[in-house]
Amino acid sequence: MQEIIIGAVSLGLLWAVMTIGVYISYSVLGMADMTAEGSITLGAAVAAQTIAGGGSPYLGLLLALLCGMAAGLCNGLLHTKLKIPSLLSGILTMTALFSVNLHVMGKANISLLRMPTVYSPVASLLGIDKGLSVIAVGLVICAVIIGLLYWFFGTEIGSAIRATGNNPHMARAQGINTDRTIIIGLVLSNALIALSGALIGQSQNYADLQMGTGAIVIGLASLFIGEVLFGKRNFFIRLSSMVAGAIIYRLIIAFVLKLGMPADDLKLFTAITVVLALTLPGIKKAAQSRRRALPGGPQDA
Amino acid sequence: MLKVTGLYKVFNRGTVNERVALENVSLTLEKGDFVTVIGGNGAGKSTLLNCVAGVYPPDGGSIVVDGVDVTRLAEYRRARHLGRVFQDPMRGTCADMNIEENLALARRRGRPRGLSWGVTRREREEYRAMLEALGLGLEDRLSAKVGLLSGGQRQALTLLMATLRAPKLLLLDEHTAALDPRTAKKVLELSDRVISEGGLTTMMVTHNMRDAIRYGNRLIMMSGGGIAVDVSGEEKKNLTVEDLLKLFEKARGDGEEIPDRMVLG
Ligand SMILES: Nc1ncnc2c1ncn2[C@@H]1O[C@H](COP(=O)(O)OP(=O)(O)O)[C@@H](O)[C@H]1O
Ligand SMILES: [Mg+2]
Repeated sequence: MQEIIIGAVSLGLLWAVMTIGVYISYSVLGMADMTAEGSITLGAAVAAQTIAGGGSPYLGLLLALLCGMAAGLCNGLLHTKLKIPSLLSGILTMTALFSVNLHVMGKANISLLRMPTVYSPVASLLGIDKGLSVIAVGLVICAVIIGLLYWFFGTEIGSAIRATGNNPHMARAQGINTDRTIIIGLVLSNALIALSGALIGQSQNYADLQMGTGAIVIGLASLFIGEVLFGKRNFFIRLSSMVAGAIIYRLIIAFVLKLGMPADDLKLFTAITVVLALTLPGIKKAAQSRRRALPGGPQDA
Repeated sequence: MLKVTGLYKVFNRGTVNERVALENVSLTLEKGDFVTVIGGNGAGKSTLLNCVAGVYPPDGGSIVVDGVDVTRLAEYRRARHLGRVFQDPMRGTCADMNIEENLALARRRGRPRGLSWGVTRREREEYRAMLEALGLGLEDRLSAKVGLLSGGQRQALTLLMATLRAPKLLLLDEHTAALDPRTAKKVLELSDRVISEGGLTTMMVTHNMRDAIRYGNRLIMMSGGGIAVDVSGEEKKNLTVEDLLKLFEKARGDGEEIPDRMVLG
């Protein structure tokens, strides 16, 4: 039992990084960015190849982050410069990334067994086993990300990005280049998602071409769980609630699996959770007001 | 200050819904001019303001603001010269951000945005003073979400944001139309005060003929995508609602009705 909980918490902390990325695209910018499904695998693949090629696991994280930024940039350019609706531009980027990821990996999965990961130095330094070291690393990374984002979204550029997601008309009337703020937001979001993929891959000792499938729905489910439980009091609480949401999501999954739900039904279960969350009264209202403020949507007279 | 020459705007060109919204509109505003704009529904008033603001690219003609040709300039780039208040109170502010954040966004209009704080402590004091002068009791609610404000408060805030950095041109598009009569009157008087104190060059679209006569030094009536009437100075001061109605009858295009609210308002 304890093992299951440690497993769920550690996985939750790593997926929390992804959830915060989804929060930036979905809640701050008001778009459902499908690129996430490709960039999480991209991050895992790039980090795994770096390690398999003898590079440092930390270098792997950095490269994953940069590749995620590039993926976000591609989607941002498709959406803002070529005026492709955001849902479609995300699907296009995600699909293209499938080939890119195959090229990076060269095969359907890469094993990292008996290779160094970002967790191994921590485990040996603190004298703890891998599961606990994942929790330690995950906690530190989540704390750093929350701190950085809390600062960033309080700056002039960060405020401009929030304004863009909230009311693009107003943002432009106040001299904000909304194309640029959307791109920055998507770059940031996918950087975090790819980083999350790199961390997840190293924690499970392999990178797998399919690991991104359904990731966006998992991110949304975690986001809604966090939102329902902790509300929207302030930005710091909202960011922290993403972490809590991701962990609780993993605990729920571990619990229902233990109750005997077949693992094959996991994605169905998650999708239903999101549908329920979207139709619950309070959440529904929030989701609708977000849709109204969708940037780049049709302009009314 | 503003020179519009031969402006054309066609919506949905080449479809069954094609609609010429502006047809050869030319207009020159001197510095300090306060022009009221009236006209029936669909006359092209909002389209004219939106073209000047860069929301839509025009299909012909040119727009020059203070000697600079802005015809092809992106909306966000010309924003530094413009202050705008819209008919919909939701449109001019960010509902999910608080009052001081909204003001701070406006204060940085036309300036490069970097990684310094979005709102500084010093600004906060300035905003408090400005809001106090507004007399709406908002000075103690700097950290309240704008979504919690009433329509009138939001329009007053938007007006403050539009004029925080003296714009070369202030564009008001029926900015009191969505408010109840008492609030509308207050916001209108506030606008007039801000405009005369700052000597702001202004275009104000209104649906109310009386207001169009009472405020400003020049009056324009639009019809069928063009300017049908343009009066200023003494002639404008002596106008009556009856005069305007007659002019409107003469000028109105096909299918343009005089909305009741224009006369009664
Ligand atoms: N975004 C748009 N798309 C299509 N047609 C539009 C758009 N904006 C305005 N129009 C049309 O252009 C004409 C002028 O509209 P508008 O400038 O809003 O009129 P007014 O503000 O004087 O009531 C109307 O026929 C309107 O239907
Ligand atoms: Mg209009």
